[in-house]
Amino acid sequence: MTISSASPAFTGRDPHNRLFGPLPDVQGEAGYEEEHPKRVGFFTDTSVCIGCKACEVACKEWNTLPMDDSHGVRDALGLSGMSYDNTGQLGANSWRHVAFIEQSRTVDLPMPTFGRPGDDRQGSGPSPAEAGDDVSLANAQQSVLNAEALSEFDPQTGQSGADTQVRWLMSSDVCKHCTHAGCLDVCPTGALFRTEFGTVVVQGDICNGCGYCVASCPYGVIDQRKDDGRVFKCTMCYDRLTDGLQPACATACPTQSIQFGDLDELQARADARLATLQSQGVETARLYGRDENDGVGGAGAFFLLLDEPEVYGLPPDPVVTTRDLPAMWKAAGKAAVMMVGVAVTAFLGSRKR
Amino acid sequence: MPGLGASFGRGGATNFLEDLANSDCIVIEGSNMAECHPVGFQWVGEAKARGAKIVHIDPRFTRTSAIADLHVPLRIGTDIAFLGGLIKYVLDNELYFKDYVVAYTNAAALVGEDFVDSEDLGGLFSGFDPENRVYDEDSWQYEPEEPPHSGSEDPAEAAEQDQLDDHVDVKKSDRAEAAGSGGPPIPSKPKRDETLQHPRSVFQILKRHFARYTPEMVSEVCGIEPAVFEQVAKWVTENSNRDRTTAWVYSVGWTQHSVGAQYIRTCSILQTLLGNIGRPGGGILALRGHASIQGSTDVPTLFNLLPGYLPMPHALQHQSLDEYVADAAGKAGFWGNKRAYMVSLLKSWWGDAATAENDFCFDYLPKINGDHSSYRTITDMIKGKVSGYFLVGENPGVGHPNSRMNRFGLANLDWLVVRDLQMIESATFWKEGPEHETGELSPASIGTEVFFMPAATHVEKEGTFTQTQRVLQWRDKAVEPPDDARSDLWFYFHLGRILRERLKDSTDPRDRPLLDLTWDYPVHGETQDPDAEAVLREINGTGPDGRALSSYMQMKDDGSTTGGCWIYCGVYADEVNQAARRKPAEEQGAVASEWGWAWPLNRRMLYNRASADPDGKPWSERKKYVWWDEDAGEWTGLDVPDFEKNKRPDYVPPEGAQAQDALAGNDPFVMQGDGKAWLFAPAGVVDGPLPTHYEPAESVVENAFYKQQANPTLEMIEGPWNRANPTRSDVYPFQVTTYRLTEHHTAGGMSRTLPYLAELQPEFFVEVSPELARLRGLTNGEYATLVSARTAVEAKVLVTERVRPIKLRDGTVVHQIGMPYHWSYAGISTGDAANDLLGIVMDPNTHIQESKASTCDIVAGRRPRGPELLEFVESYRRRAGVESGRVGVNGRDPVAADAGEGSTL
Repeated sequence: MTISSASPAFTGRDPHNRLFGPLPDVQGEAGYEEEHPKRVGFFTDTSVCIGCKACEVACKEWNTLPMDDSHGVRDALGLSGMSYDNTGQLGANSWRHVAFIEQSRTVDLPMPTFGRPGDDRQGSGPSPAEAGDDVSLANAQQSVLNAEALSEFDPQTGQSGADTQVRWLMSSDVCKHCTHAGCLDVCPTGALFRTEFGTVVVQGDICNGCGYCVASCPYGVIDQRKDDGRVFKCTMCYDRLTDGLQPACATACPTQSIQFGDLDELQARADARLATLQSQGVETARLYGRDENDGVGGAGAFFLLLDEPEVYGLPPDPVVTTRDLPAMWKAAGKAAVMMVGVAVTAFLGSRKR
Repeated sequence: MPGLGASFGRGGATNFLEDLANSDCIVIEGSNMAECHPVGFQWVGEAKARGAKIVHIDPRFTRTSAIADLHVPLRIGTDIAFLGGLIKYVLDNELYFKDYVVAYTNAAALVGEDFVDSEDLGGLFSGFDPENRVYDEDSWQYEPEEPPHSGSEDPAEAAEQDQLDDHVDVKKSDRAEAAGSGGPPIPSKPKRDETLQHPRSVFQILKRHFARYTPEMVSEVCGIEPAVFEQVAKWVTENSNRDRTTAWVYSVGWTQHSVGAQYIRTCSILQTLLGNIGRPGGGILALRGHASIQGSTDVPTLFNLLPGYLPMPHALQHQSLDEYVADAAGKAGFWGNKRAYMVSLLKSWWGDAATAENDFCFDYLPKINGDHSSYRTITDMIKGKVSGYFLVGENPGVGHPNSRMNRFGLANLDWLVVRDLQMIESATFWKEGPEHETGELSPASIGTEVFFMPAATHVEKEGTFTQTQRVLQWRDKAVEPPDDARSDLWFYFHLGRILRERLKDSTDPRDRPLLDLTWDYPVHGETQDPDAEAVLREINGTGPDGRALSSYMQMKDDGSTTGGCWIYCGVYADEVNQAARRKPAEEQGAVASEWGWAWPLNRRMLYNRASADPDGKPWSERKKYVWWDEDAGEWTGLDVPDFEKNKRPDYVPPEGAQAQDALAGNDPFVMQGDGKAWLFAPAGVVDGPLPTHYEPAESVVENAFYKQQANPTLEMIEGPWNRANPTRSDVYPFQVTTYRLTEHHTAGGMSRTLPYLAELQPEFFVEVSPELARLRGLTNGEYATLVSARTAVEAKVLVTERVRPIKLRDGTVVHQIGMPYHWSYAGISTGDAANDLLGIVMDPNTHIQESKASTCDIVAGRRPRGPELLEFVESYRRRAGVESGRVGVNGRDPVAADAGEGSTL
């Protein structure tokens, strides 16, 4: 069953119509039957990203996207001059974008490290004999920022006569697949729809290129292809999901920085990871898009960042552009009623005259 | 890989990538693992998840450094000083693994009285011949336990071979590579002093040799803070003992130096002292950069090797099979069976034609008579000495240092065959190369006839890859290659078939080697592709009954067995393609012995006998791996033991024992003549038995350790197309290093043409520090021109604090420039070729170029065009006092310009 912008949440026929706030069952809200699949998502742990861009390439390969330059100009090439980032931004032709942020400071900058919570391994660890079962994949994700390593001394100090430390942040950005997706809410053709997995997908054969969605995305993700007019963005590999496969980017990621799975499980994993980091004294670590009370009702694709969202080019407090729609309609309705009233009054008044 | 070969007996990574997860500390040095080996890097992540410390030692802050606990930004070309400092730290503080060192290394061996260390000769070892710039290794020998060659079956023969060893043509032919699987031959086992106190013991020599490698000296030479050195030393030594292990990871950041093999030797000494070899989570991982680079030396594409690291016969030394095997006959270790390996190889190649009477066709093998390595051959091309050349998956016009010189070489051939996926620059240089603009190449007068043969990609053909950890993995053909694209196997099989067809009526004896070849592989499909499994089976070898052998121990020297590469014997055991095994990790142990097949004999970790103590018990429960099972009377454990299965740990060789029988039950390094890891290498490394710090050939810094500035034996190529930048020149004041990026593949033939990769790194760029940018007025995103005595190239500038100037104690600031080398004029992502800037200077052991360290100048703006470029570069040469680099037409030396077109053959 395909649900589109004709869904109850949009049409307003649903008495529980909600365009804002937590939404425990986003697919149900969109009108799917109760036995729909669990909501899936991405947890992108930027602290283990090595900036290889395999996600970008895998995405373009699978989705046969054209190449473009860092300004989103199709089939154009040129060095951006922004560290190793020549993709520049998410766009119609780039559905994954790895940001590279070079920082140098005179203060301690914790470097990302991997590690199990509370295990600094001063005594024992698994011997190879028991390695396989003892250390699971999940443990590999329980990374820590090893603040101790760098607070002891500064390896970068004095090399250039400046007491600077270098940190190189890498983060693979993607469509957030919002709980309250502005793009979906404003789409007049039903080209954008909520899938049974809780993701938001554009149907290229229905999109008429109106571009409303472009302005409605609080992250600036969805974008029109210049020579085509239609909009494109990450589908979380909807076609792969329906075949029981994982999205191409998550499959290609060699360090499991991009993790795909059921959203509730990813959220639990991310919470544990953040707790580990904070216990290690990494106060700058935070989850982004995890909070269901945020402006988009929480994101289906959320992140662990090591600095302020702005550093990565992400809006600090995104709000779904349709949040105030009911109030706006109400206000518009009032205004309309008032105008009608004025007109009627005027008409009646004139008749009286 | 002579550095590892001479130290341990085999020139391959000692451990496997998955084993990194067991490390307690990982030092990545001379490697940008996260960028160049991103998939293998997951095991570094796994180790980190288990609490390991990750150290990255590299002049540049790379994507590897971004994930490490600690980045040590040492000055380009100073790794021996750093590692030497660690060795001294370990010796001074008695942090070495004493039981391991005494039992498993040659620390107790006595060196002869004639040996003089570089500490006493200003940076030279005894035996240096300044005229030919080679060492006579006689004075580096052990003090023999018995008279030399007493174990040999033919002492006179062996002695004669020894003399020929010293011939300069033999020395130059690079025997060091032959230590790839089997340590270098030594005349006899040494006298020992188990207390390690004898002044001529290796241990005491080592102490004296590294006495001046203090933390202060390291700090001064490498340009790092002593505290940083101390931190690395602390982490490494705290994590190297019975319970804990440290792994070292390197790649071309070490090998591409004029002292590259010695970098690896230094690391080998350190890891041996720490007892980290042959143990889980330890070892030295040599990461190899391409899908089957390990395979390309196992079944070699090198001029001086035959399959399985058997040396190529030398014209002066080896006129018969007896002469060829004389150095190994009767010796201890597995090289003692060299004759069986060689005879099996000859039987594989020439089948029934190879008989005991005709020396198994030994005469059919071509013999070398000097250095025929790649760059030497390019020089010979320019001089008109080479008529034809095959280029297979190689793009020297971009990927080789001094690519301009390489293009001159290619322009002076009669014919050139290029097999590649794309129309690479090495196939189009004659009409599109940058030298047309300067007038140095003239298409009308280039005689080279180029044949371009499209090649099948790895998914379009079947066969094996041998990857970085010696594992052969079979892959099936997924799709048919398009159009005329064919596999290499198809190409060479049919080329051979056609040549044999043409010669079939020949009575000329020189055609016999070709006509007598066993060249009868079954073919299948429309394109008549030879059956790759049949080739693999031939490589494996067969016994007298015609069945596949399961171990090289079954090989005989009487002609009853065959084997195309003795170290691969067993890959087709039981008539099963073992390389095609794909048992999932969940269904087997962590070692995953049933995934593919590893040489030798499916041993995943080499020298793993050393994971147990001399009595055969694990050093610790936590690090147990292979041990002696007294009840069963055999070695057992998690991996296939790299030891004779039933040889007891207390076995002592009887008088007169030979080959493997001459090794004791506590000699884990079974390919070495004395069964020990070599702290001191009496043979096998041509530039010294111990590593010493030399500056790169092109350095802006004076050698602080010795009067000798650079490696005295480094190889140079002289000519107008390969001028060297003078040492410490004001004209070429900056250090430059080349490297790869994740987004591109080497010379770019596989990536610059692909839109999805090209857009990720769209242009040639160089990385400079903000300090250098200020000094030279460079702007981020704008062009700069880099100049050397070879030529000038232009590149976009990326200003980044990840590149750091090094401030030396005397106040000198060494500016370092980073220069990825993927580009040239073809494809979607283009730019000048970085390698045009480099000269060819080589490590004497491996003939590998020093592309990690050279010098240049950098100025803002684009380079001059056309003939003005030549004058621009020439003006730099004049200022630096370098001879003219002007060349004649098509790169010919002006003197030889009238020698005509093409080769003179």
